[in-house]
Amino acid sequence: MKKIESKHLLGLEKISKKDIETIIDVGFTFREVLERPIKKVPVLNGKNIVNLFFENSTRTKISFELAEKRLSADVTNFSASSSSVQKGETLKDTIQNIHVMKMDCVVMRHPVPGSCLQLTNYVDVPIVNAGDGTHEHPTQALLDMMSIKERFGKIEGLNIGIVGDILHSRVALSNIYGLIKMGANVKVCAPPHLLQRGIEKLGVSVCYDVDDLIDWADAINVLRIQRERMGIGLIPSTREYRTFFGITNERLARHKKELVIMHPGPINRGVEIDSEVADSDQAIILDQVLNGVAVRMSVLYLLLGSKDFE
Amino acid sequence: MSKRTLNSKGNILLKNGRIYDPFLLINEKSDLLISDGFIEEIKKDIKIKKDFDVIDCEGKIITNGFVDIHAHFREPGFEFKETLETGSTAAIHGGYTRVCTMPNTNPVIDTPELVKFIIDSSIDLPIYIHPIGAITKGQKGLELAEIGQMIQAGAVAISDDGLPLTNSQLMRYALEYSKKFGIPVINHAEDCCLVNQGTMHEGDVSLNLGLVGNPDISESTMIYRDLAIADYVGGSLHIPHVSSSKSLDVIKFFKEKGVNVSVEVTPHHLALTDKALQSYDTNAKVAPPIRSDIDRESIQNAVCSGLINCIATDHAPHSIVDKERDFNNASCGMIGLESAFGVTNKVLKDKKTVESIIDLFTINPCKIINIEPNLIMEKKLAELNIIDPNIKWEFKPSSIKSKSSNSPFVGEKLIGKVMMTINKGFCINNF
Amino acid sequence: MEINLHKNKSILLNKEQISNLILRLSHEIIESQKNIDSIAVVGIRTRGEIIAKRIIQNIYENYKKKIDLGILDVTFYRDDFSENLGSPKVGPSDIPFNVNNKNIILIDDVLYTGRTVRAAMDELFAFGRPDSIKLGVLVDRGHRELPIRADFIGKNFPTSDNEHVHVLVSEIDGEDKVNLVKY
Ligand SMILES: [Zn+2]
Repeated sequence: MKKIESKHLLGLEKISKKDIETIIDVGFTFREVLERPIKKVPVLNGKNIVNLFFENSTRTKISFELAEKRLSADVTNFSASSSSVQKGETLKDTIQNIHVMKMDCVVMRHPVPGSCLQLTNYVDVPIVNAGDGTHEHPTQALLDMMSIKERFGKIEGLNIGIVGDILHSRVALSNIYGLIKMGANVKVCAPPHLLQRGIEKLGVSVCYDVDDLIDWADAINVLRIQRERMGIGLIPSTREYRTFFGITNERLARHKKELVIMHPGPINRGVEIDSEVADSDQAIILDQVLNGVAVRMSVLYLLLGSKDFE
Repeated sequence: MSKRTLNSKGNILLKNGRIYDPFLLINEKSDLLISDGFIEEIKKDIKIKKDFDVIDCEGKIITNGFVDIHAHFREPGFEFKETLETGSTAAIHGGYTRVCTMPNTNPVIDTPELVKFIIDSSIDLPIYIHPIGAITKGQKGLELAEIGQMIQAGAVAISDDGLPLTNSQLMRYALEYSKKFGIPVINHAEDCCLVNQGTMHEGDVSLNLGLVGNPDISESTMIYRDLAIADYVGGSLHIPHVSSSKSLDVIKFFKEKGVNVSVEVTPHHLALTDKALQSYDTNAKVAPPIRSDIDRESIQNAVCSGLINCIATDHAPHSIVDKERDFNNASCGMIGLESAFGVTNKVLKDKKTVESIIDLFTINPCKIINIEPNLIMEKKLAELNIIDPNIKWEFKPSSIKSKSSNSPFVGEKLIGKVMMTINKGFCINNF
Repeated sequence: MEINLHKNKSILLNKEQISNLILRLSHEIIESQKNIDSIAVVGIRTRGEIIAKRIIQNIYENYKKKIDLGILDVTFYRDDFSENLGSPKVGPSDIPFNVNNKNIILIDDVLYTGRTVRAAMDELFAFGRPDSIKLGVLVDRGHRELPIRADFIGKNFPTSDNEHVHVLVSEIDGEDKVNLVKY
């Protein structure tokens, strides 16, 4: 009677294509719920979900919280700065303190890769990865794929470009795993030193010229440039980045083609993307935000609805 | 498994074993009688007498105690991870009768007084401890420590292990100065900038796990630097825990040039690849990291060809609190003394003779640090192992004698075991 | 899979009988309301939806009135959510009209415990505040667990606990038929 095979959502590397399809399909059902005058359904009535955020993330946290509340779950928020984690309390200590409160599900954001997987050793409830360092951010990729499917009616066979700091991006890695699994063609474009060595082994192609990417792609996912990457010599300046990798008005005008633009937010206007582009009809950035809530409702519904946890 | 001193009960007769002592070039079947901790008689068909424990050593090898030239016993300063006593107990249970301890304790072993403290503390322990002194004061990498006086006090080598010696000019001074004392300089070879806070080998697995990679070139470039300096100024360089194929290429080049260099490898670099980290197992997080299939294969070949001289454990105990952390903040290192022979022998048994595997634990490390154990001769204090090279056994957590149990080999099936160790009047019986 | 479990199966209603019952329901619904324009018919997925569509077609043919159609998927409102996942296919609800001030006729194929109807009414209120809700079913088989009754009933079939009423419709099942199945 299980709706998906996965017990947790730790990432898209290990999850099956069928599970991804189910999550996206059920996500569309929740999109309809979100358009009702009363956007709340009682499916997770009486369930306790804790949002464990070891790293600041206003957007992801709000999206999860909204999803949980619209499923009628009881929500507990626990925020800890990553520095306090480094100072001594182990992940195990933290989670055991929380576990005695009898939670039904843990949503965790952590600065270190693999933390969500480690968490599964300490608690036996479903774990949802809300971003683990430079590893994965599966719900972001799921909402990106849902937005692609909404726009194109399919994912398979599409050419999807990802441009930005691929090396430090959990969004990129999850998107690559998910999109490849769903049959899309993926090309990444970045300054060469901001690409993982051997990234082609994940099944993607690589280019350094964003104009080539635009020519090739049906849609491109524009990654946010983290300001903290500047100043340590990785990105010489915002204007240099914009010159070679920015999705600018002039650049798009030169190409004269239908291209769907995505961005996980928050946007650095005038750096990785121009304001006019971000606000244009070809951008589906606001759909992504709405789909983010819907797909997170879908994930929580499918993980917590399984009888195996009763 | 019982531990008792020989002195309390007395005497042991080892029947039907094969005695292998590479120092004496002996390799023959013979009985061996130990009385009061000393070897009383070595000959064929010694008659069984009363008050003697008789051990049937049929199919087993009686050989010298093992020597580890790279271990961390944590005392002074980190006694919650390991002490000289618990480290020694772990050592003798793994067949080690002599261990060289690294100086990265708190305080750092950088004076003759501290060297003497370690040696004095180990007098009543079941093994001999040979301290390694720091190259620089406080291992800060700024000025040379009292190397000469530490050697006089009993140190057998110098190292800032735990950290690399980044200052190339200091490395030159250390190699030059050590020539006067005839001891090797051991540098933990990693270029910190190229390590780039990497927590595992940079490769396919780090790509999948989203972890920052530590590339093999962080090691090979540093080894190149050290060897180029040694080539230029002389001195004796010892390269610890080599981990990569690229480093071995560099070492081969300089060895063929005639540079005085020796190389050790750990059992884990010999046996594991970065796939061991696929589920973020912090027990397999070590520095330098375990690397790719190709690196492991090169290491195994280099052990067989003799390019790598010996096995050293890099025994690095850490408490549960240090290891049960997120991957980036978990400490590096694993314990190794109790599993070293079983792991190494399992990997090498089809590639090398058992005698040449034993050499990696006995005569080869002794040559590097210029020490000689008590040989297997009549009238000598017994310092020996009885080895079963074919026995399959499981490395169980309940059997671990180290104060820490951070090892990815826990629960693994190993092949070959030290069945009994006799040293300094102590007898450890694993039969 | 279900078929193998059936020990006994008998036909309660055939195609013609079903057609007549739905036609009668359609007339009763219209006759019960003073203001036909305020009526909207909402079918509960999946067979209630089909019956609702046929009722609307009947009303159009007999009264030349186009009645609003809505569809409810009550999965998210069920009270037995964690025990009984039901069909793994969750679909969106579709209420393409303003629910406020409407007289809603809720349609399902079989009325049994009343829990589905309870869920449907709760869900309807997520879309607005109707003036009234009435319930129409093709078959009422009894065994209510909640204080719910139908306003329009095609046929009453008192059943025992080990019996089930299966409504088949040609749009989904290829034929119109109502079976009584004994377990
Ligand atoms: Zn080291």
